Amino acid sequence: MPQEISVRIDGELCRASEGQTILDVARANKKFIPTLCFLEGLTPSGSCRLCLVEVAGVGRLLPACTTPIQNGMSVNTNSEKLLRHRQTVMEFLLLERNHYCSICVCNNHCELQAMAQRLGVTHVRFPYNYPKLPVDVSHERYILDHNRCILCTRCVRVCAEVEGANVWEISGRGINSRLVAELNQPWGDSKACTKCGKCVQVCPTGALAEKGLGVEEMAKSNENIKWLAAKRGVHA
Amino acid sequence: MKKAKVATLWLDGCSGCHMSILDIDEAIAAVAQKADIVFGPLVDAQVFPEDVDVTLVEGAVSSQHDYEQIKQVRENTRLLVALGDCAVTSNVPAMRNPFQVKKLLERIYVQGVDTKPGIPTEGVPTLMKRAVPVHEVVKVDLFVPGCPPPAAAIGFVLGELLEGRMPDLSSKVKFG
Repeated sequence: MPQEISVRIDGELCRASEGQTILDVARANKKFIPTLCFLEGLTPSGSCRLCLVEVAGVGRLLPACTTPIQNGMSVNTNSEKLLRHRQTVMEFLLLERNHYCSICVCNNHCELQAMAQRLGVTHVRFPYNYPKLPVDVSHERYILDHNRCILCTRCVRVCAEVEGANVWEISGRGINSRLVAELNQPWGDSKACTKCGKCVQVCPTGALAEKGLGVEEMAKSNENIKWLAAKRGVHA
Repeated sequence: MKKAKVATLWLDGCSGCHMSILDIDEAIAAVAQKADIVFGPLVDAQVFPEDVDVTLVEGAVSSQHDYEQIKQVRENTRLLVALGDCAVTSNVPAMRNPFQVKKLLERIYVQGVDTKPGIPTEGVPTLMKRAVPVHEVVKVDLFVPGCPPPAAAIGFVLGELLEGRMPDLSSKVKFG
């Protein structure tokens, strides 16, 4: 049995067990921490930085999804400063590539769009990047639009951890990072891809979508990923 | 009571935001009691008046003409509202931004064109290198994203502004 510990979240005394993350405990206690790259069932990657929280005695903000909770920890999930940070993170996500909600297959079904609204981001204060990015339509059933990718790596993780196919990887560094199929080949040429579509369903934006759909037509469902992951023994 | 002066401006957009303004339906009657619409595609005025209280701007700043217009409008407007995704994010007009203007125009007006290929130069403004959101050119006081922003949001914004309040839109409006 994992050891029972007690922590404070937003001043409230909470029970937790060793091995849980700050996010696990906060959610169990009905605290809202915004997340995008996190998906229940997949190993947290801490890549989107939306879930940053304040921990007493730590001089920097920590990602709630990857930071293990410790006995006596005092965590602040909500403050003016955190909101400012989270809004700025959201603005950076929006300006890095070409996100045109109005013409996107995922318009009104998009976690990025919904999170921007929830965080009260009504505009981006910095200049947009407008990169020239390709769209991979080589797969018979799905498309990959790099313009809409926020590099959350949910697809990479679900493919490796749940489907076990390891099709996806991130190549390059920083602003040059790209989602690549296998050793950077067209997705349609991938021998490992089982066409299961889990990557499409977990993608929080319209970057991965089913082919042949129009604006607003790509609604996704990732509720069963947690169950599938448990069956596969991820985190066992 | 002196009526407020409201203007609208149509830059690089599809006019959908103006359609959405019209969609506020009978709420326009309440607006009309408190304000006159003094400039924009919905009225006849040819010259932008001085001392306008509120200007709603639709569209991205995309051409030299847009640029000059928005500069002049800003100078003569107390409260500038970026209305809709094109004004707020540059949206669809910005889809050309990753390409060079010269190559873009050649692709559209020259390559594969049978009758009179040639880039139009007369009567059309020069395109800027990039279509940009309004707030990259002038100060914007309020952002109303949406493609288009719902009529209810526009009605709310106009109502609040005409009552002298700055509407709080956080979490009420979305991109797209």
